[in-house]
Amino acid sequence: MSAKAQSLLWIAQRASAALLALCVIVHLVTIIYAVQGGLSAAEIFGRTRGNVAWFVFYSIFVLGVAVHAPIGLRSVFIEWLGWRGRSRDAALVAFAALLAWMGMRAVFAVFA
Amino acid sequence: MNRHSSYWVFLVHRLSGIALALFLPVHFWALGDALQLDALLAWTEQPLVKFSEWALVVLLAAHLGAGLRVLALEFLPWRDWQKGLAAAAAALTLAAGLAFALAL
Amino acid sequence: MSALAVEVWRGGAQGAFQSFEVPRHPSQTVLDVVTYIQRSLDATLAYRFACRVGMCGSCAMSVNGVPRWTCRTHVDKVARENKLVIGPLRNLPVIRDLVTDMRGFFDKWARAKGSFAGTKTKRDDFARVAPDSADRRKVDAGIECIGCGVCYSACDVVAWNPDYLGPAALNRAWTLVKDERDVVKHERLRAVAGDAGCHACHTHMSCTERCPMGLAPTAAISGLKRAVLGSVLKGEL
Repeated sequence: MSAKAQSLLWIAQRASAALLALCVIVHLVTIIYAVQGGLSAAEIFGRTRGNVAWFVFYSIFVLGVAVHAPIGLRSVFIEWLGWRGRSRDAALVAFAALLAWMGMRAVFAVFA
Repeated sequence: MNRHSSYWVFLVHRLSGIALALFLPVHFWALGDALQLDALLAWTEQPLVKFSEWALVVLLAAHLGAGLRVLALEFLPWRDWQKGLAAAAAALTLAAGLAFALAL
Repeated sequence: MSALAVEVWRGGAQGAFQSFEVPRHPSQTVLDVVTYIQRSLDATLAYRFACRVGMCGSCAMSVNGVPRWTCRTHVDKVARENKLVIGPLRNLPVIRDLVTDMRGFFDKWARAKGSFAGTKTKRDDFARVAPDSADRRKVDAGIECIGCGVCYSACDVVAWNPDYLGPAALNRAWTLVKDERDVVKHERLRAVAGDAGCHACHTHMSCTERCPMGLAPTAAISGLKRAVLGSVLKGEL
């Protein structure tokens, strides 16, 4: 991978981080608000079913995570496992696809 | 040898990141099976699972705090106060941990 | 004053610590301790020093696990219960005892394009750089590096990723990126971008914590990250 491609990964990591920082703040506030008095499926669906704003928010959140997490793991693989070369990057692309697919599946499940 | 505050924040940032990356597929899988959500939520009432939930909230807040520190170090004009960012990250984590514990 | 119990690394990559007892003196430096051992206890001890006043950058060693310039490090400040453990710098191959092979360290300065490239000759007039300009101040903040290798030895990323250029080389590159007379800025940004360059830094700040000159290589590396970002956005990288 070229130095330019590696720089682009860093940019994607930091750009997604800035986006995710906002998402996580909203997420934490929602969690702390929603958990009071216990959670129920009805309560969660009451908030999310048919609500386009939550759908857009969680879609951005999931796709941001699918970009952010694999790039972070890439550094861990390089530095702590010494895993280099194509197999590492192929595994990370697969992980990104898994997060995006499973995440969007979850977003659709609570929206529709 | 590198036992100073920025090093500890890095370690928390990395370990929380790894833990969250492992947790996410489970989280998404659970939400994707919407029909079984109530059974799952009943399962989370167990004390050990409740504690794990609390730990995940703390990990998320810690990763956020440590990540904001990195963004500040990389993108803001450098001043000496930036060395105090580690403390700010720890404070944010503590605040989220307490808020969630009180809300439970 | 009481005696100091000193453990000193002997041998190369394979070796062991050897114990010495050294008399304590007021205002004694760690370099004084090593010199006493070499002159009075064991003449075969290998170590490196030159100026003894914190200018040359040749006497850095690991003292109680922390990389330090030994000539300016007082025993009072670092000895724990009258004990010192002195070893060679981490992240560099050990030649013998306290002497490391610093070639890899300086080769990385070359790889980071750490040498100035200008266009003027001795027949041209001096370049006039305003001392209070923003860029000149950024250069000033990083220019006093003495090349001692303390930051390189303190850096965990260097230990985990041996290709990483490290704090000193990147700090040097940053002072040249901000030097308005320099003409190879794009090549230099290309040399310091990516996994082996500035983007490998995770802001542990061990370099900044340990630099004996009080420099902040973490700030320089952050500057490089922003410079590469600008360069990528402009399509110049």
